[in-house]
Amino acid sequence: MTEETKKKRSLSVICSKGSFDMAYPGLILANAARMAGVDARLFFTFWGLDIVNKKKVDHLHLNLVGNPSAPIPAMIAGLPGVEALATAQMRKEMERLDIPPIREFIEMLDDAGADLYGCQMALDMFKLTKDDLVPQVKEVLTAMDFMDMSEGAQIIFI
Amino acid sequence: MTVAVQTDAEGYLSNKADWSEDLAGEIAKEFGVELGAEHWTVLNAARAIEEESGSSPGLRKISKRSETPIKSIYKLFPDGPAKLIAKIAGLPKPKSCL
Repeated sequence: MTEETKKKRSLSVICSKGSFDMAYPGLILANAARMAGVDARLFFTFWGLDIVNKKKVDHLHLNLVGNPSAPIPAMIAGLPGVEALATAQMRKEMERLDIPPIREFIEMLDDAGADLYGCQMALDMFKLTKDDLVPQVKEVLTAMDFMDMSEGAQIIFI
Repeated sequence: MTVAVQTDAEGYLSNKADWSEDLAGEIAKEFGVELGAEHWTVLNAARAIEEESGSSPGLRKISKRSETPIKSIYKLFPDGPAKLIAKIAGLPKPKSCL
């Protein structure tokens, strides 16, 4: 029955952005997939590497400037400290809703059996190595490797 | 043994009153899960949360309440634990993404 088809379902999420607000969608989607029995893998590339960068994962910022959904005017959003303040506010709200911080979310995904990969080219570009990434990142891959792995998967680009 | 109770199109129990521990065991068997004490800790936590809050919980809440790590929950209920727990515990499809 559907069990057969369900087993074959798999999700590949490409995370290319490193702002606080753009980190969560990929993580949440991959987690939802795992909870529903769908295989999930994530590929962190370009700014998305910040999400799994040991030094940056706890300090991602909301992106307010150039974001038409930002609740404050761009001129003010660009002032020093404003994005940090807004990020702190959002962190608080997320804590209230029991949404885990990003580092904990990544641990949760790992526990849930999702596979995390870093992008080789992006690492080279930012002069990083696998050791700079959180331990849950399984491997560093080329885009081609990730494509091979994603055969038959649904792919989401964020 | 075949389970003869009403479920919705996705396999969640339609009528809460139909649920019993025996039925849970039968549903679990259909998914290849043999219920033990650890399973019951998780299932009871899920049912308790639903009773208090009125909504079928996601894994994070269940994990915290049952003091069972996420990793263990995935081992106890393989292939889609959030759905499986709800089905076995006689709860509707979870509304949570976490």
